[in-house]
Amino acid sequence: MPPAIRLDEVAVSVPTPSGDLALLHPTSVHLTEHRIALVGSNGSGKSTFARLLNGLVEPTRGTVTVDGLDTVHDGPAVRRKVGFVFTNPDAQLVMPTCLEDVALSLRRTVKDKRTRQARARAILEEIGLGDKADTTVHALSGGQKQMLALAGVLATDPAVLVADEPTTLLDLRNTQIVADRLFALPQQLVLVTHDLDLAVRCDRALVIDDARVVFDGDPQAAVSTYRTLARA
Amino acid sequence: MTTTSAPRRSRLNTTDLALVATFAAFIAVCAILPAFSVTGVGVPFTLQMFAIFLAAAVLGARRGALAVLLYLAVGTAGVPVFSGGHGGPATWTGATGGYLLAFPIAAFLVGLVATRVARTNPAAFTVVVSVAAAIVTVAVVGVLGAIGMSIKLDVSIGAAWGYATPFFVADIFKGVIAAIVAAAVHRAFPQLTAKR
Amino acid sequence: MSNLLVGAYRPGTTLLHRLPAGPKLGLLAVFGVATVAVPGAWPAVGLLGVAIALALWVRMPLRSTVRALRPLLLVVVVVTAFQVWQQGWPTAIHVVAGLLASVLAALVFTATTAIDAMLDAITTGLGPFRRFGVNPERFALAFSLVLRAIPGILEIAQETRAAAKARGLERSPRALLVPMAIRTVAQAYETGAALHARGIGDD
Repeated sequence: MPPAIRLDEVAVSVPTPSGDLALLHPTSVHLTEHRIALVGSNGSGKSTFARLLNGLVEPTRGTVTVDGLDTVHDGPAVRRKVGFVFTNPDAQLVMPTCLEDVALSLRRTVKDKRTRQARARAILEEIGLGDKADTTVHALSGGQKQMLALAGVLATDPAVLVADEPTTLLDLRNTQIVADRLFALPQQLVLVTHDLDLAVRCDRALVIDDARVVFDGDPQAAVSTYRTLARA
Repeated sequence: MTTTSAPRRSRLNTTDLALVATFAAFIAVCAILPAFSVTGVGVPFTLQMFAIFLAAAVLGARRGALAVLLYLAVGTAGVPVFSGGHGGPATWTGATGGYLLAFPIAAFLVGLVATRVARTNPAAFTVVVSVAAAIVTVAVVGVLGAIGMSIKLDVSIGAAWGYATPFFVADIFKGVIAAIVAAAVHRAFPQLTAKR
Repeated sequence: MSNLLVGAYRPGTTLLHRLPAGPKLGLLAVFGVATVAVPGAWPAVGLLGVAIALALWVRMPLRSTVRALRPLLLVVVVVTAFQVWQQGWPTAIHVVAGLLASVLAALVFTATTAIDAMLDAITTGLGPFRRFGVNPERFALAFSLVLRAIPGILEIAQETRAAAKARGLERSPRALLVPMAIRTVAQAYETGAALHARGIGDD
């Protein structure tokens, strides 16, 4: 039974000189499916939606809860439950070498430094970066970076994974590698994507347009709604 | 834009930590970059002092001084980020150790002025911060630098001061550029000076 | 930039290599003070001799050592001339030999001390300051963040320089430095969001 993500009358707006700008109009949804896609054009608000789920963005009105935990009041606990993968892995990888980056994620759960290093090394082996442990993160290819970023998130053993366009910067081959890894995960997955092939592989899809959820349901139908919107 | 918000408390939050570390890296890059020749007359200068003033004017006193201290710690530990691509304690034991000591103090003072003026009178930001940086250049960087040099080279403070004068002029110019750039940064990221 | 983490460190097995970084830094400080505080030309030459002997002992590569000392050349020439004129040869020798001795000793320190060891030493040294709100673990994290950020910012610097050049603005400090600074701040916020998302600032 995947964790339940619940948005209750959630709205997000930012103040601008010409009045408040709505990033998300009041929205209520209940996300329980194993794999959920979020599609929508650039600037539609789907990134804001995704960032609400782990408290990176806080609602201006309403509440977001994950398994009953409020993203504002229980922020740290929510972030332990909800892993987040950014579009640009360069932004996500914060340590100088691959090994250190994975070890950083393990800091909370594995206190002993030796064990932590060994665990991190094992994780790198698993994603085929075993020989890159002491290489600088900067020297990896785009696909390798995204796999490393994903490994760093999974090392914290989250119950939900939110991925914000994780394949947008990747070529076709790397997109497939990363996507296959994502779809093989036992965790609940919330996938923001422009890749409609990936969207239809999900169990449920939300189409976001102009800061509103305009469609919610079957992925095939969602994709055709999105195509219609894009042509309009 | 992501609005990362953390509980209000006096210690540095995650965003501050990232700002401090990124600006320490920015100072490092400016110090080791091959000298820019932006004056048009071929006088090359490194951007180290510019970066220190910029960190102060953008981040304010506390975060700015911490960024400079972190940069000094990284360089002293042996990472080649001091000007000329050097690293390690040698830069402290050489004739210019007094300058290194002056950097965090200078950043703190300029940052203090910058935060205040950004909140109360943003229109005057460039002028006020330029003047503050110029005063700090002479009164803090110049004095501490000259004292360091006079101890190390066994010359009078006056002689050390005279030797360093040409650099002052360039540093004052760098302070002005830092103020101009910082004003643009504050327009792009108003949350930098948000009261916490 | 991959040699950034290595710096001037040269692995080895001499006593100086094995000495813990903290006490070694203390010895270096004492040595540095001695080059200034012990008066006279001969003691300074003696200290320089010690520094050279240490450099030979730990097998410092000649070329990089010379490269590291080169910026001192101008100072050495100016100071020698000035001191000979003002106070005579003994003072000139004291000053120049002392300067070279202290810098060379510091270079020996860097060549025999891994950056990791130095980071550990600083982190340990910060321990007593905990009561003043200093958090050594956060310092260590910040240290690593700096190393991680440097290659990215170098790239930003090069890209903004190329972009300014493409628009014929390479002589405008503003066109070069404003985008560089803004992208740096943007990167800092991204890093902050990443740390936040990974739950790293929460503990």
